[in-house]
Amino acid sequence: MIRDVADQVIARGESSRRAAPDPVNVPMVRHWVEALGDRNPIYTDPVAAAASVHGGLVAPPAMVQVWTMFGLRCTRPADDPLGAMMSVLDEAGFTSVVATNCEQTYHRYLRPGEEVTVGARLTDVVGPKRTALGDGWFVTTVSTWYVGDEPVAEMLFRVLKFRPPAEEPVGDVLRPVVSLDTEFFWAGTRVGELRIQKCLACGEVRHPPGPMCPGCGSTELTHVVADGVGEIYSYVVHHHPPMPGKRLPFVVALVELAEGVRLLAELIDADPAEVRVGLPVRVDFQRIDDELTLPVWRVRS
Amino acid sequence: MSTLSGAAAIVGIGATAFSKASGRTELRLAAQCVRSAIADAGLSPSDVDGLVTFTMDTNSEIAVAREVGIPELSFFSRISYGGGAACATVQQAAMAVATGVASVVVCYRAFNERSGQRYGRVQAAAAQQPTSTGVDNGWHYPMGLGTPAATVAMFARRYMHEYGATSEDFGRVAVVDRKHAATNPHAWFHGRPITIEDHQSSRWIAEPLRLLDCCQESDGGVALVVTTTERARDLPHRPAVVRAAAQGSGADQYVMNSYYRPDITGLPEMGLVGRQLWGQSGLSPEDMSAAVLYDHFTPFVLVQLEELGFCKPGEAKDFIADGTLELDGRLPLNPHGGQLGEAYIHGMNGIAEAVRQLRGTAANQVAAVRNVLVTAGTGVPTSALVLSA
Ligand SMILES: [Zn+2]
Repeated sequence: MIRDVADQVIARGESSRRAAPDPVNVPMVRHWVEALGDRNPIYTDPVAAAASVHGGLVAPPAMVQVWTMFGLRCTRPADDPLGAMMSVLDEAGFTSVVATNCEQTYHRYLRPGEEVTVGARLTDVVGPKRTALGDGWFVTTVSTWYVGDEPVAEMLFRVLKFRPPAEEPVGDVLRPVVSLDTEFFWAGTRVGELRIQKCLACGEVRHPPGPMCPGCGSTELTHVVADGVGEIYSYVVHHHPPMPGKRLPFVVALVELAEGVRLLAELIDADPAEVRVGLPVRVDFQRIDDELTLPVWRVRS
Repeated sequence: MSTLSGAAAIVGIGATAFSKASGRTELRLAAQCVRSAIADAGLSPSDVDGLVTFTMDTNSEIAVAREVGIPELSFFSRISYGGGAACATVQQAAMAVATGVASVVVCYRAFNERSGQRYGRVQAAAAQQPTSTGVDNGWHYPMGLGTPAATVAMFARRYMHEYGATSEDFGRVAVVDRKHAATNPHAWFHGRPITIEDHQSSRWIAEPLRLLDCCQESDGGVALVVTTTERARDLPHRPAVVRAAAQGSGADQYVMNSYYRPDITGLPEMGLVGRQLWGQSGLSPEDMSAAVLYDHFTPFVLVQLEELGFCKPGEAKDFIADGTLELDGRLPLNPHGGQLGEAYIHGMNGIAEAVRQLRGTAANQVAAVRNVLVTAGTGVPTSALVLSA
C-alpha cells in the first residue's frame, strides 16, 4: 500500500508550481539579515551593492525557501507530493515525523522584483527501516524554485515518518500490602512458586488466603505449590485510564486453576483479540525488584 | 411485618447544583445541601439532632453541624463501602427516629468527585492502606485491576459468556438513562440524548465496557431529612414513607472484587437486600411504580433486575428489550437520568428523585406513583429502599 502510493506519486513527477505571495523585496531581506546577524552590505546598502560584483542589491540565496513559505492559513495544494505521502503513512500508523536531511543548491542570486515559483517532486521512499526512534520510512522530496522557467535553486528534503513506540508505563507497579497471613504467597513468587493456602485440619485449599480456615475455623494453615495451569474464567482488556507500571492496553485474567481456586493476574504476550473465556494458560513470574515478583499468565499451547 | 416498615419518612430533600467544577469546598457543598433539605422539610436547624453520612465523606458530622447551626447531636453514624452506603444512610436514620434515639436525622453526601479526587482513576492510596482491605487489594491492584470500570468489566465478561448478553444490551441502559436526563433540567446531560449507535461507537474503557457504559463524575451534594411518619404528617410535603430499608453483604464478599464465589454472574448481596425489602414491605416487584437502580456501570443494572426479582437470572436483556424501562413502560428506570445522565452523587440523588416521584414534582413524572424502589452501589456491600406514598 505504502509502496504503491509512493510509486504513483514518484511517477507523477513535479507538482504544479506555486507562486510566492510577494516578489523578492528589500524589506523582507532586511528583516531576515537582521534576525540572522548577516551584515553583508550587498543585501541592504544600494551604494555598496552597486559597487560590488553584483552591480546592485541581491537577496541572500539561503532565503529562497522564505519567498514561497506557506502562510498561517495556507493549505497544501492537492498535488503536493509530501502531503500525499504523509497522509498515507499517518494512516498506516507511522504518525511521528522528524526531519533528517536538508540540502540546498543555489544556481544564482535573486534580485528585488523577481517573481519566484516553486514545484516539488517525490524522489524516494525507503522503508520500513528499524531506527532508534521506531520503525519508519524515509521520504525524500526535491523542491525547485524558478524565475519564469529558469531554475534558480533546489532543495533536497528528507524526513523520517515513524511509528512511535507503544506508550511506556507511567509510574511503578502498585505494591501489595503484605501481612503475616499472606507473606508466604509473595515469598513463593520470588522463588518461582505459586503457593495456595491449605488448611492442615480439613484440607481445604483457598485463594486469596487469610488467617483462619473459613471451612473449619482452624488457624493451622500451610500451602501447596500449584502446578500453575488453568483456564481463563473471565478477563478484562484495560484501555483507560493508565495503570501504574502497565503498558496500555493490557489484559487481566481471572484464572481457574487445576487446584480449584481462582487467581487474578496480568496475561502477558497475548493478542487481546485472541483472548477468550476458557483459554488455557500457565503461570509465569515477573520480577519487579528484589522484594516483589508478580505472578503473570501466559497462553498455554 | 417489621417494626421499621412505615415508621419513618423522608420529609425534606436538598441539593446543590451538579457540576464538573464546583469551585467550593466539599464542606460548603455539604452545608448548602443540608440547609436546603431542612428548609424543604419546613424545619429549622435546631430541630435536627442526628446526622448520617458515608465513611468516604470528607465532611465530619460536627463540622456540618457547626456550619448549618445544628446545636446538638444525639445520633451520628457512618456507612462504609462507597456508594453501597447510599440507602443505608436512610435506614440508619429511620432506625434512629423509630427507636427514639433521635427525632430528626439528616443524611448527606457532598464531594468534588470530578474536580477533586476522581474515583474513576486508580486509587493508589486505597490500594495500599495498612488494613484488611489493603491486603485484599493486593490480589488485584498490583496485577493491573485497579479501576471501578475494570472491576465491573470482569463480572460483565463472565455474565456475557454465560447468558449471551451483548454490549448492546448494556447500551440500552445508557440510552434510556440519557433519554430521561435529556428532559430533566437539573441533569448534566439535559438536552443530550444518545442512540445505541453512539453507545456502540464509544471507545473502550475496560473491555467489555465502553465509555458510555460508565457513569459521569460530578461535583455536588444531596441531603435527605428523615423523621417519624407521625411527625411527617404535620410537615409541608407529602412524606415519602420508608416502607422497607435493607443492607446486604454476601458470602465471600470483597469490595468490587468478589471473584472467588462459585458464580460471579450475580450480585448475591443485592439478592439479600431484595429478599429483605419484599419481606419488610409485604410488596413484590410488580408493585413498584418506578425503579431508581444504581447505575455507575450499565451491566450491573441488568444484574440488579435479576437479583431483585423482576426477572430470572440471565433474562434481564429480554426484560428490558421492548420499552420496559421507558417512562410509560412496565418499570420506568431512573426517571431523572440516573448517574449516567443526571449526576454521580454516590446514589443520593436517586433517593431524592424517588421522593419527588412520590410527591408528584419530578421533571419526568411517572403517572400514579405508589411505590419506588431505590438501590445503592453495586459490587460492594449495598443497601436499598422501598419508599411509598
Ligand atoms: Zn479447615
